[in-house]
Amino acid sequence: MEFAELIKTPRVDNVVLHRPFYPAVEGTLCLTGHHLILSSRRQDDAEELWLLHSNIDSIEKRFVGSLGTIIIKCKDLRIIQLDIPGMEECLNIASSIEALSTLDSVTLMYPFFYRPMFEVVEDGWRSFLPEQEFELLSSLTDEWRLSCINKEFSVCPSYPAVVIVPKSIDDEALRKVALFRHGSRFPVLSYYHKKNGMVMMRSSQPLTGTNGRRCKEDEKLINATLRAGKRGYIIDTRSLNVAQQARAKGGGFEQEAHYPQWRRIHKSIERFNILQESLIKLVEACNDQSHNMDRWLSKLEASNWLTHIKEILTAACLAAQCIDREGASVLVHGTEGTDSTLQVTSLAQIILDPRCRTIRGFESLVVREWLQAGHPFQQRCAQSAYSNSKQKWEAPVFLLFLDCVWQILRQFPCSFEFNEHFLIMLFEHAYASQFGTFLGNNESERSKLKLQQKTMSLWSWVNRPQELNKYKNPLFEANSLVIWPSVAPQSLQLWEGVFLRWNRSSKFLDEAYEEMVTLIEYNKQLKAKVNALRRQLAELETDDRMQENP
Amino acid sequence: VEQVKLLDRFSTSNKSLTGTLYLTATHLLFIDSSQRETWILHHHIAAVEKLPLTTSGCPLVIQCKNFRIVHFVVPRERDCHDIYNSLLQLSRTAQYNELYAFSYNPKQNASEQVKGWQLIDLAEEYKRMGVPNANWQLTDANREYKICETYPKELYVPRTASKPIIVGSSKFRSKGRFPVLSYYHKDKEAAICRCSQPLSGFSARCLEDEHMLQAISKANPSNRFMYVMDTRPKLNAMANRAAGKGYENEDNYSNIRFQFVGIENIHVMRSSLQKLLEVSGTKGLSVNDFLSGLESSGWLRHIKAVLDAAVFLVKAIAVESASVLVHCSDGWDRTSQVCSLGALLLDSYYRTIKGFMVLIEKDWIAFGHKFSDRCCQLDGDPKEISPVFTQFLECVWNLMEQFPQAFEYNEAFLLQIHEHVHSCQFGNFLGNCQKEREELKFKEKTYSLWPFLLDEQKKYQNPLYNPDFSPELSLLEPNTVSFNFKFWRNMYHQFDRSLHPRQSVLDLIMNMSDENKQLEKDIKELEAKIKRRSGQVDGVLLKEPLPPAPPAPVLLKSPPCFQKEPPLVPGSDSVRTIEGSSSADNRYSEFMEELGKAEPAVVSLEYGVARMTC
Repeated sequence: MEFAELIKTPRVDNVVLHRPFYPAVEGTLCLTGHHLILSSRRQDDAEELWLLHSNIDSIEKRFVGSLGTIIIKCKDLRIIQLDIPGMEECLNIASSIEALSTLDSVTLMYPFFYRPMFEVVEDGWRSFLPEQEFELLSSLTDEWRLSCINKEFSVCPSYPAVVIVPKSIDDEALRKVALFRHGSRFPVLSYYHKKNGMVMMRSSQPLTGTNGRRCKEDEKLINATLRAGKRGYIIDTRSLNVAQQARAKGGGFEQEAHYPQWRRIHKSIERFNILQESLIKLVEACNDQSHNMDRWLSKLEASNWLTHIKEILTAACLAAQCIDREGASVLVHGTEGTDSTLQVTSLAQIILDPRCRTIRGFESLVVREWLQAGHPFQQRCAQSAYSNSKQKWEAPVFLLFLDCVWQILRQFPCSFEFNEHFLIMLFEHAYASQFGTFLGNNESERSKLKLQQKTMSLWSWVNRPQELNKYKNPLFEANSLVIWPSVAPQSLQLWEGVFLRWNRSSKFLDEAYEEMVTLIEYNKQLKAKVNALRRQLAELETDDRMQENP
Repeated sequence: VEQVKLLDRFSTSNKSLTGTLYLTATHLLFIDSSQRETWILHHHIAAVEKLPLTTSGCPLVIQCKNFRIVHFVVPRERDCHDIYNSLLQLSRTAQYNELYAFSYNPKQNASEQVKGWQLIDLAEEYKRMGVPNANWQLTDANREYKICETYPKELYVPRTASKPIIVGSSKFRSKGRFPVLSYYHKDKEAAICRCSQPLSGFSARCLEDEHMLQAISKANPSNRFMYVMDTRPKLNAMANRAAGKGYENEDNYSNIRFQFVGIENIHVMRSSLQKLLEVSGTKGLSVNDFLSGLESSGWLRHIKAVLDAAVFLVKAIAVESASVLVHCSDGWDRTSQVCSLGALLLDSYYRTIKGFMVLIEKDWIAFGHKFSDRCCQLDGDPKEISPVFTQFLECVWNLMEQFPQAFEYNEAFLLQIHEHVHSCQFGNFLGNCQKEREELKFKEKTYSLWPFLLDEQKKYQNPLYNPDFSPELSLLEPNTVSFNFKFWRNMYHQFDRSLHPRQSVLDLIMNMSDENKQLEKDIKELEAKIKRRSGQVDGVLLKEPLPPAPPAPVLLKSPPCFQKEPPLVPGSDSVRTIEGSSSADNRYSEFMEELGKAEPAVVSLEYGVARMTC
C-alpha cells in the first residue's frame, strides 16, 4: 500500500496552530506517511511541529463557514487545534489523518521507516539479554537453570525463547506444567533476593477448573523454590470471589490441600476496561479548567485512578514484604499473568533491589518484566484516554506502573538515578514511537516482525550520554536499602507531570528545578576545588620540608 | 506516671511505645524507653478526651492545636483521671498573665527585649510603601483609641478626609472600623483600604462615609473608579441588613463598583476544618473516602475562595490601577486574609522573611485580628474559635508550591509561625487588639517572637529563593484552577511522620546550600595559605577562578542570643536518614507480626498498615 493514496491533500498554506500556553502559530501544514508537520514561514524563529500519526488518539472537525477546525487529541494527552482555510482541504486532511493514525498493519508503522540520524554506539536490542541476567544469577546461586524449552515459542507463545526455572525441574516436566497454566505461562523466576536467597516467581492462573484438577509437576516446580521447613506465599492479584468465578471458565487457583506449604493471599487489582475507563475519566477531569473545587474533587474521586495506584502499590509492598521481612518465597499471578502480575513483580523489585532504581537497571527491568514477560503492549497501548473505540484489550496497565514508580520516586527523591522525565519518556514511547522497542505483543511477534533487524531500539538512542543526561536525577545517591513507600491516601498524589502537563504552565517549577541542579553542580565544583587546593597545599608543605632538610 | 503507652495514631494493630509521662507547669512530657522525648505545651492542647476503660488501661486522647494527636493508655484509671483533670485545668487559662509567655524567660536582658519589640516598625513600613505623600497622610484621630478600639493608633487616610469625615464615617461602620489604608502601591498610585460593613440597614446613608470613599478614590490620580469588595457571600450580607448592618448601595456612592466575593464566615470555616481533621484522622482510610471527605469538608473550596478574592483585588490594582476597599462584617477576619494576600501577591518585599513578619504585624496583629478568641488562648467562647489565620498560611503555602523561587522563606517558617500563634510563648499574638496589648503591658512582660525566628532564620530560608525572580514590586499571578490546590499534608500531618516522604529534597538542598557557603570559605582560606607558602617557595599557583556563584539569598541582620526551646521545631532531625529502611519505622512490619498468627483468607493492607481479616 502506498501512503500517497491516503494523502489527498499533502500541503495546505495559512494553517493556524493553537496550543495552550503558546501563542498561535501560522504556517504551512504538510502530511507525510508518518508525520503531520506544521512549519511557520516566519524566518526569525521558524517553529515546527512534528507529530507522529501514531500519536494521534482521536480527531474532531468543526466548520465555521469555509474555515475548518481540526482538534487533534494525542496519546500523550496533548490537545492541539488546527484552523484550516477551505472546506475541502480540511476534510481531506482530516480523513487522511484518521486513516494514517489507525493503520492496521504493524509493518507500516514509522519504526520500520525510521532511519536514525545518530551514531549507534551500543545496539539496544542486545543490551538486555536473558543470558546476561542468568549469568548474574548464577554467580549467586546454582539452584536455577536457563531453559531453552521455548526456543521456537512453541510451548508458550507469550514467553521469551529462554526462561529461568528451578534446576531440579526438567523440560519434560515444564511441558506438563505449561498445560496446567493459562496460556501455558508456567511459573518462572522473576527476581532473586540476594539478601536472603528468597525468590519471586510469576505465572498465570492454574487451570484447576470446577473439579479441582491438579498437576503434580506444577506442585513440584513451585515447591522446589522453598527452603526446607519454610512456607511460601502465593499472591493472587484477583479477589477471592473473582478467582472462584474463574473456575467455571477452566481457570482457578491453587488449592490449600495440594499446596500445603503455600499460603494464598488475594489482593484485588482491577483489569482492562475498568482501568481504561478510569484513565478516560481522570483525563477528562484534568482537562476541564472550569471545574469548581467540589466538582474537581468528586471527578478525581470518581475516576478511581488513585485507588488503583494504591491497590497496586499495596500488593507490591506485600510481595516485597513477604520476601524481605518474612523470608519467604513468593509466586505472583492473576489470570493471564501479563498485566497486574507484572505490575506487582516489577514494583516489588523496585522496592527491594537498588539496581532497579538505576537507569540501566530500570531499563533492564522494563525489558525483563514487561517486554520479555509478554505484556501485550500493542494491544494495551493501541489507544489512550481520548479513544472512542471501546476495545476490551486497551488498558493503561504500563502507565499505572509508571505512575506507581513516580509515587515511590516522590517519596524517595534521592534513591533513584533517573528523574520524572525518564518515566514520562517511557510513557510516550510505549504509545507512539519511532523505535521498535514497544511494537508487538510478545517476543514471538517481535521475532516474526524481525524488529531487531528492521527497526532501531529505543535503548540505542536513550543510552547515549548526551541523551541520558536529560534523565539523570541530580539528587541521586545510591541507597542500597529496601525502600518502603507509604500508601496512605495523604501520601499519594496526582502525577501532574503527565496529567496536568498540557493544562498549566510549568515554567516556574522548571526554573526551580534548574536552580536546584545549578546548586548541586556548584556544590560538586566547590568540593573538587577544595580537594585540589588541599592537595596543592600538602605538596607545598612537603616541598618546604625537603628544602629545610636537603 | 510510669508504664504509660503511647499508641501509634494510624496503626490498626495497636503498636505502642511504653514510657513515662510527666506533667510540668507548662508542658506535658513523654519519655519512651529509648529516651525519645515528646513535649507538648499545655497551651497547644485543644481537647482532652478520656475513652472507656479497656483491659490494658485507661485511654487518654489529646488533640493539639498544631494538629498533633496523641493517644496514651494509662495503666491505672485513678492516674488517668488525675492527668485528665490536671490537663483540663492547665490547658484552660482564664487570665492573660497565666499564659506561658509571662513565665517564659529566654535569658534576654531588658534592652534586648525592647530591641526585639522594635524590630518590626510599622511607621517604617508605611514609609517604604511611600506614605505619607501628597495624597495620603497619618491621622491622629485614633490616638487614644477613641474612635475605634480595635484599630491601631497610627492610621493612614486620604489627605482630603478631614477629622469630621473620619468621625462620621466611623459612626456608620460596624465597631467603628472606618476605611483606612492597608497597602499603597507606589507605581500604580492605587491603595488597598480596609474597613468593616456599613450600618446601612435597608436604606440608611451617611454623607461622611460617602465622602470618605470619595476621598479614597480621589487620592488615586490614575483611576477615579474604585472597587468595594464585600468578601462575604451575598446572602450573608443581605441578612445583615435586617440587623441594621449591610453593604454599600452603589447608587449612594459615586464612582464605586461593588463586588461580593463569597468567602464563608468563621463558623463555616471552623466546622469545615473539623470535618477535614475527622477525615484525615481516620484509620485505614481509602483513597475515595479521603477524596470525598476532602470534598465534603469544603476546606479546599474555602482556600480557593480566599485566594480567588485576593487575585480579584490584585487585578483591580495591577491592571486597572484602581483603589480597592475591602470589608467583611467586622473587617478583622476575611478582610485581613484578602488584604494581606493581595499585598503579598503585589509586593515581593512580603515574600522575604522580614517582610512576611511585617505583613503579619500590619494586617493581622495591628488591625485587630482577634488572635486570642480565634485561637482560644483563654478559656472562652468556643464559637469564636476559627482557623482564619491558618487559612492565610495555607494560601501562602499554595503560592509557594506554584512559585518555588519567589519566597525567601520555606514551609518550615509557616509551620513555625502557626506553632507560635497557638503556643502563647511570645507576646505578639496574645490578646485581640493593640489597645488590649498596651493595657496589659505585653511589651514589658513578654518577648517578641520575630527576633528569635530571625536568629534561626537559616532553618527557614528557601535555598531556591531568587530575589531577582521578579523585578521590584513584582506581581505574582497564581493559577487558581481547582487542581492546583493540594491537601497540606505537612500542616495537618506534621507529626505523623509515616505519611511523609522518606527523603526531603528541601532539607537536602538547604544543607547543600549551607555546605556551599562553608566550601567557599574553605577555598578562600586554602588559597591564602597557598599564597603565603608559594611566596616563600616559588610554587606554581593553581589559578582557577572560583566557579560563578549562584545568586545568594539576601541575608538579614540577626539579633543576638537565642536558646533553643525543646518543642520548637519538631521535624529537625538529621537529614539523610532513610526512615523506611529500618524495620522499626515502617508499618508493614506490623503485618508480619500478625502474619504469624492465623490462617488468612484475605489480607488487607490499609493505610500502609497491613492487617489480616480472617
